[in-house]
Amino acid sequence: MTEHSASAPGTSTTGTMAVKRGMAEQLKGGVIMDVVTPEQARIAEDAGAVAVMALERVPADIRAQGGIARMSDPDMVQDIIDAVSIPVMAKARIGHFVEAQVLQSLGVDYIDESEVLTPADEAHHIAKSGFTVPFVCGATDLGEALRRIAEGAAMIRSKGEAGTGNVVEAVRHVRAIRAGIRRLGTLDETELFVAAKELRAPHALVAEVARLGKLPVVLFTAGGIATPADAAMMMQLGAEGVFVGSGIFKSGDPAQRAAAIVEATTFSDDPDVIAKVSRGLGEPMVGIDVATLPDSQRYATRGW
Amino acid sequence: MSREPVVGVLALQGDVREHLATLTELGAEAVTVRRPEELAEVDALVVPGGESTTMARLATRFGLLGPLRDAVAGGLPVYGSCAGMIMLADRLLDAPADQVTVGGLDVTVRRNAFGRQVDSFESQVEIDGVAGGPVHAVFIRAPWVEQAGEGVQVLGRVVGGPADGRIVAVRQGNLLATSFHPELTGDRRVHALFVEIVRRHLAEQAGVDAGNERGTS
Repeated sequence: MTEHSASAPGTSTTGTMAVKRGMAEQLKGGVIMDVVTPEQARIAEDAGAVAVMALERVPADIRAQGGIARMSDPDMVQDIIDAVSIPVMAKARIGHFVEAQVLQSLGVDYIDESEVLTPADEAHHIAKSGFTVPFVCGATDLGEALRRIAEGAAMIRSKGEAGTGNVVEAVRHVRAIRAGIRRLGTLDETELFVAAKELRAPHALVAEVARLGKLPVVLFTAGGIATPADAAMMMQLGAEGVFVGSGIFKSGDPAQRAAAIVEATTFSDDPDVIAKVSRGLGEPMVGIDVATLPDSQRYATRGW
Repeated sequence: MSREPVVGVLALQGDVREHLATLTELGAEAVTVRRPEELAEVDALVVPGGESTTMARLATRFGLLGPLRDAVAGGLPVYGSCAGMIMLADRLLDAPADQVTVGGLDVTVRRNAFGRQVDSFESQVEIDGVAGGPVHAVFIRAPWVEQAGEGVQVLGRVVGGPADGRIVAVRQGNLLATSFHPELTGDRRVHALFVEIVRRHLAEQAGVDAGNERGTS
């Protein structure tokens, strides 16, 4: 595994930080949709999704059905890879590095080390730098985001509270990450050492974020986005793109809702467009009030 | 004519910010373009990296495809990186059957030609018209030019590896396209080549306009 760049003509290097982070840069301003069948993947592609997340059950069904949620069946992931030409992502359990090895071997384009699946390790996340395939990880605040980046995550998303259709936690997490970044910008060199200690993150990364005024990787939002207005609000709050899980295929008219969320993400600053695409979408997913969820059913608390 | 060119970046989706930053560093006035009226205001356009299927669908849905085609036919200088190369191609391989392009470049482009993300790579590519040694090139699920028409100038090819000799940079008149992403590396030379094309185009236009004015007075 080399993280440095190719140096001479005739040599090329895969799996570098530049191609991993650069891949996420290409997804910016776009919508990544959860799909459970090749047919859904094609609907997502037709609607303008920049990528699909292949999984066996959407988070709303994982909540409803309970049990241990694991990596999807390789056959199912392969069928979705074969069905579309856009990038295909898949989820591995937190800390389950062998699920990640399997997904890399299947040729998925991005792995989501996801709290939506049942964690396989209650102390450690996957050491992600050693993989050729890039990883996206969830975060609830800046410290968590930076710990994941230190482990090799090439993209960060808010955790939100998946499968609820309730955007409140995604708002909390994106606001917390962005506020944390802004705060670092006000600190002097000495104070950044203490900030690193408080954030439980490497000082070099903390100093880099303070200098850049942003994360060194792309920041998406996920967890509870169900409407075009939800997506546009998250973009206005500073997310660079949107994951939609249960919100599309648990709604009344998935194809139309998917297209509307894509359009609202591109024109997130234009209320006229958002109003237009929000008309006549049919029933959104029913949704759950996050405040009624017992702690044991909150996915956002998974991850360390 | 010494005013700075106004270069738009098609901002439907993709790595728009990186192109805007690079163009600004080169002294151009860089603006985002999502609507026909914004397209009408620019001297040139960059179609960024991103997902070409998404860009094509949004361009169609928001009435931008026709104006983009008219602008290219009218001689607007356009540079496309990666997905932008796909958008400029007259013909596509390995694309959904209904994927439309702006076109203008007489090339056949194969999408995801080098493979999936695990095959994405960095390399060095010599570019005709770019001095100072090879360009550091980042290829991400990149396309290549499978076949180029007679009027198309091949500017760069992959050296070494299984894709040795594949065409990854082309120019035809005011249209420039690369399979790779110079906007991600901080190497501004490909953008500088494009801004040079834009400046020359503006100077020629100014000459023509001045000639017309002399002719009519």
